[in-house]
Amino acid sequence: MSENRIPLIETRNLYKRFGELNVLNGISETIYKGEVVTIIGPSGGGKSTFLRCLNLLEEPSSGEVIFEGNILDVNSTDLNKHRQKIGMVFQQFNVFPHLTVMDNITITPILEKKINKVEAEKRAKELLEMVGLEDKALEYPNKLSGGQKQRLAIVRALAMDPDVMLFDEPTSALDPEMVKGVLEVIQALAESGMTCVIVTHEMGFAKKVSDRVLFIDEGIVKESGNPIDFFENPQNPRTKEFLAQVMY
Amino acid sequence: MGKSILEVFLEYWPIFLKGLIGTLRYAFIAVFLGSILGALVAFLHLSKNKLLSSIAKIYVNVLRGTPLLVQMYIAYYFIPMAIPILNNVDVVYFVLLALILNSSAYVGEIIRGGINSIEKGQIEAARSLGMSNKNCMMKIVLPQAIKNILPALGNEYIAMIKETSLAGTFMLYELMYTRTLLANKYLIWQPLFIIAGIYLIVTLVLSSLVSLLEKRLRVSE
Ligand SMILES: Nc1ncnc2c1ncn2[C@@H]1O[C@H](COP(=O)(O)OP(=O)(O)OP(=O)(O)O)[C@@H](O)[C@H]1O
Ligand SMILES: [Mg+2]
Repeated sequence: MSENRIPLIETRNLYKRFGELNVLNGISETIYKGEVVTIIGPSGGGKSTFLRCLNLLEEPSSGEVIFEGNILDVNSTDLNKHRQKIGMVFQQFNVFPHLTVMDNITITPILEKKINKVEAEKRAKELLEMVGLEDKALEYPNKLSGGQKQRLAIVRALAMDPDVMLFDEPTSALDPEMVKGVLEVIQALAESGMTCVIVTHEMGFAKKVSDRVLFIDEGIVKESGNPIDFFENPQNPRTKEFLAQVMY
Repeated sequence: MGKSILEVFLEYWPIFLKGLIGTLRYAFIAVFLGSILGALVAFLHLSKNKLLSSIAKIYVNVLRGTPLLVQMYIAYYFIPMAIPILNNVDVVYFVLLALILNSSAYVGEIIRGGINSIEKGQIEAARSLGMSNKNCMMKIVLPQAIKNILPALGNEYIAMIKETSLAGTFMLYELMYTRTLLANKYLIWQPLFIIAGIYLIVTLVLSSLVSLLEKRLRVSE
């Protein structure tokens, strides 16, 4: 990992204000190709905002996001092309309720990448098999459990062949018995070499899958390091305090 | 008292029928063309361009904040006066124009409400996949919004059926106009009850059709 690291997403001096509220206060970070980065930190610290800035769902007040060497720009038509390479999975799943499981996956590749329907469905079937949803292809999402919806949301993003996957607390809205299935899918993805940025409150999971952990608090990265050092020997007093609160 | 309601109805039912057809037709034209115009109004209203959205907002507020009857009078007297070429045009069209514009303001709000009712997460998911603005609107937002919009349009049609009664004032042949026709025959009170009865039956039937439609749309979710 240490040599030949290729930067995939880079932020430079990222600031974000909502009115009077300063949510991000200058974050400069680089996510490298193949890296699995988890982001932890107290509620309201700016984790989601940071993640949402990476594909410009949230437009930074100042600073830059550079993806595969390109500065992302909300006013540029290229943004859609770049976003196709940045998969995102939301806490609330956000699957499309008016489309079947199959159509949820194929609609964007067909519309935006002009992949033909047969091809797109073939790929979708493989993806559904990968997450154990092959028999749900023709159902509507209202027939799925929370865990199944989230697995659908993951493969919907994967169908675009992204270079990186962003996860914003992918298991926080799930019933406890659904959490493991979703985490296993993400772990398998991470182990397959997919670059992942994961905001999570699952510390055990963060410890297990990440190459690097970022602690975001008050809109800045207060500490960052490999999971062993980070969890066993945190340096920043805020990190220590936070870990003491969330770990038993 | 004179003739009974039933006697009047049996004698003059073709007049009432013609009036009803006129009512249904004018209401349909108003809502149909009002919907096309209303869609435009809604998109202007939702646009990021402040000027366009303010124009749409003012348009909606003016048309919803003034009585339809006043709008009809203005259309009826003012348009032919202001645009002399239109002097020979049948006044029906001016009154109808007022109905259409009025309806477009209400439909505009219906469509805007339908679009706004879609969760922000749906749009974010589509945009994060790299879907274009247009596809996101056409394939994700509108197909979901239509489930709210269609029943509301049905209700707008029902409301419009009642509103068109004002057009009788300007001699448009619709249900309320039959009152004027029969008053000439010294039939004053019977037609009123017949007219009220017909409005009631029509609106009740259409209301139940709208609820049926609503249920249908919900099932396919
Ligand atoms: N669209 C918005 N408008 C106004 N304030 C916002 C908006 N989005 C986020 N905020 C505020 O920004 C701050 C940071 O929010 P953010 O969602 O990034 O925190 P977080 O670290 O993800 O927290 P959590 O763990 O609760 O998800 C919060 O105070 C939040 O209320
Ligand atoms: Mg969050």
